Amino acid sequence: MAHFELNTRRLLCPTPVIRTQDKIKNLVKGDTLTVVSTDPGALSDIPTWCRINAHEIVSSETIDDEVFITIVVN
Amino acid sequence: MTNNPKRAVSLISGGLDSMLATKIIMDQGIHVEGINFYTGFCVEGHTHAIRKKDKKKEKRNNALWVAEQLGIKLHIIDVIDEYKDVLLNPKHGYGQNLNPCLDCKIFMVNKAQAWAWMEENQFDFIITGEVIGQRPKSQRKETMPIIARESGAEDRLLRPLCAKNLPETLPEREGWVDREKLMAFHGRNRKPQMALAAKLGFTEYSQPAGGCCFLTDKSYSDKLGDLWRSRGSREYDLDDIMLLKVGRHLRPAPNFKVIVSREEGESNYLKGYKSDFITLETCSHNGPLTLVDGDPSETDIHNAARIMARYGQGRDAEQVDVSMRRPNGEVSSFSVKPMSADDILPAWHV
Repeated sequence: MAHFELNTRRLLCPTPVIRTQDKIKNLVKGDTLTVVSTDPGALSDIPTWCRINAHEIVSSETIDDEVFITIVVN
Repeated sequence: MTNNPKRAVSLISGGLDSMLATKIIMDQGIHVEGINFYTGFCVEGHTHAIRKKDKKKEKRNNALWVAEQLGIKLHIIDVIDEYKDVLLNPKHGYGQNLNPCLDCKIFMVNKAQAWAWMEENQFDFIITGEVIGQRPKSQRKETMPIIARESGAEDRLLRPLCAKNLPETLPEREGWVDREKLMAFHGRNRKPQMALAAKLGFTEYSQPAGGCCFLTDKSYSDKLGDLWRSRGSREYDLDDIMLLKVGRHLRPAPNFKVIVSREEGESNYLKGYKSDFITLETCSHNGPLTLVDGDPSETDIHNAARIMARYGQGRDAEQVDVSMRRPNGEVSSFSVKPMSADDILPAWHV
């Protein structure tokens, strides 16, 4: 199990979702991924994508207009 | 029906029609997964995230939302680069604006097919929410077989909402789906879809006016045409097509264009491009942020600043102080007299 970060700053949804989807394809169960985005829409879209693909969101917060979402890969 | 559940991939746009088409097939015991193609021109997701005035709107991607309502997986595929050939060389031409709708549909069904037939995916057929007569360019009785043929999907392409108006497809002939349970919708009337939505228990759904693509929008297409003419080339990248969605665009001369933010959300977004463009901001008064695109002279930059000042709170002031940042990080400041409304020619607005 390992932790990864994905920088999607300046990109607008659905691109952060696509980058998340493509990154997770290469991870294994139990890995964690923190996605950083400047699009507030990511707060809705990435958790939705995770729910329909059975991945778990462990934290989601906004700091200085940047969204940080941490996912556990299932 | 066979014991082995068949698998269909559904083109999900986020609108009502693809949602209904998918549900009809799911209700026949077919395993369905969604696919959504991101061309860069999709209305979904972008401008509402930029403009502050839209902050109260729920920020969601409707294709993802639809997939969750249906309880299916959604695969979002980035086709920005491949889509260029569709936009630049549409075999079947454009619609009213720069919308290559028929070629776009053929492209998407072809991409869905290529994805669906892959060994790791193994889908049996493709479904779309198309309705005969719904769209003047791509959804006509005569275009339906063209899409099936030129995409390569042939009779593995099923349109559940208008299937009864079309020849039987393989899933119907083989008994994977019951044709009698499919629909015979046609025309632009949305009432049958709304009635079906109510029957299936969908109380909320998206119905974007003008479709789901910026290329159907005249203003957007005009800006894209202007970009191509100014460059002498029809090349573009994602940043180009994103910037066309943001701010006022004015071209006072062929060699430069001014992009003036309309509110704080757009200013914040445009700031992200300060390393790519000359960036202007008013510092003596509140005002917009402005990017200067092209190859402007010093006089052009001065005029760009005067235009920007016109749209700020210093519009009636004798002078407005302006800060300029060049892409290399060099910062300078100067003062300008805001341009009068009469001096901003209507022809400058792209």
